[in-house]
Amino acid sequence: MRWLPNTEADRRAMLDRIGVATVNDLFSDVPADVLDPVLDLPPAAGEIEIERAFRDLGRRNRAAGDGPFFLGGGAYRHYIPASVDALIQRGEFLTSYTPYQPEISQGTLQTLFEFQTQVALLTGCDVANASMYDGSTACAEAALMAARITRRARIAVAGGLHPHWHDTLATYFRFAGLELVPLPAAEPGCWLPDGPGALPDDCAAVLVQYPDVFGAVGDLRPWAEAAHAAGALLIVAVPEVVALGALRSPGTDGADIVVAEGQSLGVGLAFGGPYVGLFATRDRHVRNMPGRLAGETVDTEGRRSFVLTLAAREQHIRRGRATSNICTNSGLCALAFSVHLALLGESGLARLARLNHEAAVRTAERVDAVAGASVTNRTFFNEFSVTLDRPAADVAAAIEQRHGVLAGVPASRLYPDHDDLAHHLLVAATELTSDADIERLGTALEEVLR
Amino acid sequence: MQNFRYTKDHEWVTVDGDLATVGITEYAQEQLGDIVFVEMPDIGRTVAAGDEVAVVESVKAASEIYAPVAGRITEINPALNDAPETVNEDATGSGWFFRIQMTTPGEFDQLLDEAAYLALTGGS
Repeated sequence: MRWLPNTEADRRAMLDRIGVATVNDLFSDVPADVLDPVLDLPPAAGEIEIERAFRDLGRRNRAAGDGPFFLGGGAYRHYIPASVDALIQRGEFLTSYTPYQPEISQGTLQTLFEFQTQVALLTGCDVANASMYDGSTACAEAALMAARITRRARIAVAGGLHPHWHDTLATYFRFAGLELVPLPAAEPGCWLPDGPGALPDDCAAVLVQYPDVFGAVGDLRPWAEAAHAAGALLIVAVPEVVALGALRSPGTDGADIVVAEGQSLGVGLAFGGPYVGLFATRDRHVRNMPGRLAGETVDTEGRRSFVLTLAAREQHIRRGRATSNICTNSGLCALAFSVHLALLGESGLARLARLNHEAAVRTAERVDAVAGASVTNRTFFNEFSVTLDRPAADVAAAIEQRHGVLAGVPASRLYPDHDDLAHHLLVAATELTSDADIERLGTALEEVLR
Repeated sequence: MQNFRYTKDHEWVTVDGDLATVGITEYAQEQLGDIVFVEMPDIGRTVAAGDEVAVVESVKAASEIYAPVAGRITEINPALNDAPETVNEDATGSGWFFRIQMTTPGEFDQLLDEAAYLALTGGS
């Protein structure tokens, strides 16, 4: 059986048409050592040996639950009820993709519809899509959307945006003709209470992270006012969705587009992915929104049913003029998010958020009592910055080695070129942080900073 | 009888002085099917002939509407916001899209006349 139906003549014709000599020329942008690496693998082994080798390798991991864990910086460890996994592993859910013959999959469409409803309520927006890949790509899509709406190409980005999200924006912008204009950063741990200050001309959007990369939170309304006064949209990027159980909804405070990383609910850390991006906006911008959208309607017999709606925005209909080339979504992660949030309910989410904040407050008080460590933040939700009397990377490594405690993310991991941030440590706490964990962190810090 | 001119992209144009009114043809609305949304240009926008200025979306497709002539958008049809189906019901009348204050009124005469447009769409 032939798996590749193109003949040599077909390939020649296609290569000639696009103007390259060989198929390999299509990969000329990929560094050669990555494209064809020397793997230097050991000789083939039997199944038993391989399993043993990988088990040994696995033992070298330090899993998040193996000891006190204060890492955040964009991915957060939360308790995921066992029922979430049990439900998402039902065959009807586990094997299904965003359907291209959608109406036959009423169950899948209904879960997407419920997900959208939850996201709209959480963000304080009118409408949400059926999810995106993760928070950072949702953030980049929001910038592209703002540019489409305003017909402007400049995105003003607040200093508190996570540098990895910043890199994702820069990658998207590079060939999209968009310009990223950095706004002056606040001191770590401080929120600019008066908004962004002077904006560049012809801004499509002002983009602000909330809580920001150092955990600071504050009033979004001055940011919305400044953006709108400049004829720009306000994009709010939320790296930790549980925060929305305690903070004012960005949509209520004037955000035009709200994006968030949904990993905290249902998804888990999972080595960094797959995660789920949340994307919500106002009704009047819905036709410029990327992604898929499930809608509710009635069938010919008047029964409640679900459809994929506003599909004319999407690439399979709109071709090169689609609002986005993302016509898929993180279906299974979105389902896990929805199941977890449904189990919590509105009051449960608020309680979870309160537990997170209380754990962070207790952690901050303990850390601040250590000589040589002081909490930088004036405001925070479940993550804050600590200023140490020596480089944070050294301190975190010593605490991990000598005390088995993951004390936090050194800011130098996120900002390797910023010597002024070398003494900053980002510390996160969640509902899983026990008083014993906090005491072990405090004791370890005291020993290492002595 | 108003003098209609046409584009190969299935827009129709009539003029009153140097004010051009633009819509989509009967043929276009039939091809699109039930129209559910029309995205209008901003009033005051200056356009060149051939610029993409509006989008019409039906249950099965979305199509761009181009400015047939150069000028400034002075008016959009407010009825289409709430009742886009007006385009299906009366494409060459109350289903008009927008008006352009022409900068080069001569452009109108360059457009297809009815016979040429009918030849294009295979009608008679």
